Amino acid sequence: MSQVPQSMIEIRDAVLARRVSAAEVTKAALGAIERENGRINAFTQVFAKAAMENAARVDARLASGETPALAGVPIAVKDNMCTGPDLARPGDGAGYAGFTTCASRILEQYASPFTSTAVQRLIDAGAIIVGKTNLDEFAMGSSTEHSIFGATRNPWDVARVPGGSSGGSAAAVAAGLVPLALGSDTGGSIRQPAAFCGVFGLKPTYGRVSRYGLVAFASSLDQIGPITRNATDAALALEIMGGKDPLDGTSSLHASPRLAQMDPHDTEPLRIGVVKQARSGANHPAVAAALESTIAQYVKLGARIVEVDLPLIDHGIAAYYIVAPAEASSNLARLDGVRFGRRAKLGPGEGLEELYARSRGEGFGAEVKRRIMLGTHVLSSGYYDAYYNTALKVRRRLLGDFERAFETCDAIVMPATPGPAFRLGEKTGDPIAMYLEDVYTVTVNLAGLPGLSMPAGLAEVDGRALPVGVQLVGRAFDEARLLSIARRFERATDWHARQPPR
Amino acid sequence: MGTYTARMSQEAPNPAAPHGISLEQTRKIARLARLALTDAELAKAQLELSAVIGYVERLRELDLEGVEPLAGVSGAISEGELDEPGQMLPIEALASMGPAMQGRFLAIPKVLDEGGGA
Repeated sequence: MSQVPQSMIEIRDAVLARRVSAAEVTKAALGAIERENGRINAFTQVFAKAAMENAARVDARLASGETPALAGVPIAVKDNMCTGPDLARPGDGAGYAGFTTCASRILEQYASPFTSTAVQRLIDAGAIIVGKTNLDEFAMGSSTEHSIFGATRNPWDVARVPGGSSGGSAAAVAAGLVPLALGSDTGGSIRQPAAFCGVFGLKPTYGRVSRYGLVAFASSLDQIGPITRNATDAALALEIMGGKDPLDGTSSLHASPRLAQMDPHDTEPLRIGVVKQARSGANHPAVAAALESTIAQYVKLGARIVEVDLPLIDHGIAAYYIVAPAEASSNLARLDGVRFGRRAKLGPGEGLEELYARSRGEGFGAEVKRRIMLGTHVLSSGYYDAYYNTALKVRRRLLGDFERAFETCDAIVMPATPGPAFRLGEKTGDPIAMYLEDVYTVTVNLAGLPGLSMPAGLAEVDGRALPVGVQLVGRAFDEARLLSIARRFERATDWHARQPPR
Repeated sequence: MGTYTARMSQEAPNPAAPHGISLEQTRKIARLARLALTDAELAKAQLELSAVIGYVERLRELDLEGVEPLAGVSGAISEGELDEPGQMLPIEALASMGPAMQGRFLAIPKVLDEGGGA
């Protein structure tokens, strides 16, 4: 086996049928990473030895008659999710350690003593972690350029960014190195890179997947989700990762939807809402074209199309850039040079105050500092009401607008991003330009709803083909239907099967 | 046809606008945030924070009279769940995350003077 099969289910079925071993699949994935990673820099760490050991363990489970749901599926984990030796469960140690760096100087040598719940559930289901993927530092960014490991590059055009912040995960799946990579999405960090790299990305409903072991950025918005090549694989990953976790008080009691629960939705009448404001002339022509052809495809599938109104969509970014930095400034306060990570060397006469400020000043990159300061400012005395409280009111209104829209439709379609992948360095000098990458995705996080990006077209830019994604948004905890609606599009088109030039 | 990014970037106010943040304010924010910044970083932060704050000012256009703030969206979480201690990580494991230890304790620079303390 020299190439890794593109689909999780294909791999799982082959491994369960003993046509191929978990060890052989893992070896193929490690080989592909070895060949391709130098070009795209998707991985921060590769767990070659631990992966082979764990593959052998999965093969032993199969030999003893077990049939784990992800038997032998090689996966990658965004490097803001803890992977530890699992000291809480001695003897069971999956043997993944490595560092959980968040692509930050301050956590460069941070070895977590525990493993995040989402990752642990995948391991328990027989998946093999082959490594951790690059991101914008602490998941703050839309290009995977803000990383101590250097920028990740888009497999479709290495002069362009893969999007972010889960850019390493999206690039790894797009390059065919793994069929599943985990991302986290606070304002678009799964969907935007999935769109840029031509792969499938799902941000589940807030509370669907446990955040235990995900390094917190904005706790009321963060969700872990799968990046895959198709909707069915994403559904399988969600089935395994989702559901109540006693270690995350915000995780929902709703049972995770099982893969088979998608099927009954496949024959339901389709009611698709089209966001009036998202059909504006502000989109790149290829994005506008992909949106219209997606709508046309749903019409062909028998859908009733209704126009829905999200009047505050242009205010989403403004609300987000108050709420998310406010939460980030609180969450990142724990990185103080005492309890975790890097500590600055002090000069004579310097004390605890300097230890905090110098450790943080040296340890955080420019974008993270910017957001911490922004959050500190909007929460500071005299500004709280004008900024933070106002943003929370906008958040309430956005949720109400979505709820009203879902009275007339079952899924809302809009672009995932205003344009296709941009060039490295193109937006690093203009924070607001970078923030506006997420204009279509942030409102979904603020409302806590599930959203996905699916490949829906190609843009011809400078003589090269670049993927374009279209976003579908669903009702809270209605992922089975949402994924089925995406799958119906997939079955009628072949955008998801396109691959970057090798 | 302009893209979103081009169109909106032009709307970013210059730091001299009423919403601009002064260098002194920037220094205060950095101190509150426990971030030691160089003078160059401070100057850059002043410009960028002013631009972002100027941008988010657009929320003031909205009529939000009587709207309840929404701090988070969590559906069907367990209420009244007993907060009982579960299995905990060993102290050695937690301590190993710190950059400087003295035995089982996290080490920090001296906070009180000799013989100090109330």
